[in-house]
Amino acid sequence: MASSDSDHPHDTVPSALKILVAGGFGAGKTTLVGAVSEIAPLSTEEVMTEASYGVDDLSGVESKTTTTVALDFGRITISSSLVLYLFGTPGQERFWFMWEELSEGALGAIVIADTRRLETCFAAVDFFERRGVPFVVAVNCFDGAHLYEADEVRAALTLDPAIPVVLCDARVRSSAKEVLLTLVNRVAERMAA
Amino acid sequence: MQAHNEFDPGGMSRSPSRRDVTGGYWAEADGPDAGPLVRPYVIAQGRDHADTVRLDMISVVIAAKRAEVDEMALEPEQIRILELCRRPLSVAELSAHLDIPVAVVKVLLSDLLNRGLALARAPYTAKSPVSRDVLQAVLDGIQRL
Repeated sequence: MASSDSDHPHDTVPSALKILVAGGFGAGKTTLVGAVSEIAPLSTEEVMTEASYGVDDLSGVESKTTTTVALDFGRITISSSLVLYLFGTPGQERFWFMWEELSEGALGAIVIADTRRLETCFAAVDFFERRGVPFVVAVNCFDGAHLYEADEVRAALTLDPAIPVVLCDARVRSSAKEVLLTLVNRVAERMAA
Repeated sequence: MQAHNEFDPGGMSRSPSRRDVTGGYWAEADGPDAGPLVRPYVIAQGRDHADTVRLDMISVVIAAKRAEVDEMALEPEQIRILELCRRPLSVAELSAHLDIPVAVVKVLLSDLLNRGLALARAPYTAKSPVSRDVLQAVLDGIQRL
């Protein structure tokens, strides 16, 4: 292969960071990732054992039996030495073992709350609390979805008062950006504490 | 190590008959639309994780710039990896672009790394937490979106 000119001398490989985006099926994980990603969200599959049969976000593979879990992710290039990846994580409880692996080294997590089915984000909230992963709750305000105040969602989820709850529209870049900024500021806060 | 059954991807799967969403790496040979037969695990030459470099989903990889590449010694998928990695890409991105499971990409990659044809950087982990400067860079980067 002929070597091609590149902006990157061969000894500078960027480091990566990841942020997880968790939430129930259809809560808007991939939508939020897509709103801020510089690439159209990609999908990769992880091979699963039989015990965790099934996938979340099955778009495009309907009616196929599968033992893999699709992970949708996006990318934000921060600088020539730093890349941020956003991973939509499978929402169901049976994928907990996968969250363990994904959450390792994660900068933090965004839990998307779908107020039509608030209970679908309980598992994620519990998980990140237990693992000490910094997180924020983003209430995705769908068209026509009943709107709750952030405080109502906080109460329903019995969240620690320090955990930010933000209302967002996952489809809108500026709104998704706010969620990300809130999370990174939360991480900075915890670092200072 | 015992020779693997070709249908068994390094012990990750107990049944030979399962399919994956990418179209049948685990397809039965006589299935109605059996896809490519276990190809990724054949190209990984039956190796498992034991002899692979520790790679993460978000390890970032770049092709070594001036390395002499003997394409005959490589699998076509490895040549594709080197082409894609003219700019830095993560293991997860390579998996998505090549439509090959992450575990297989890792095996193909560790071979390239061992041959000095590619370089990888481990991501930040709990053991190497981010500094304030990195956090500020992330904030600035998101602001610029």
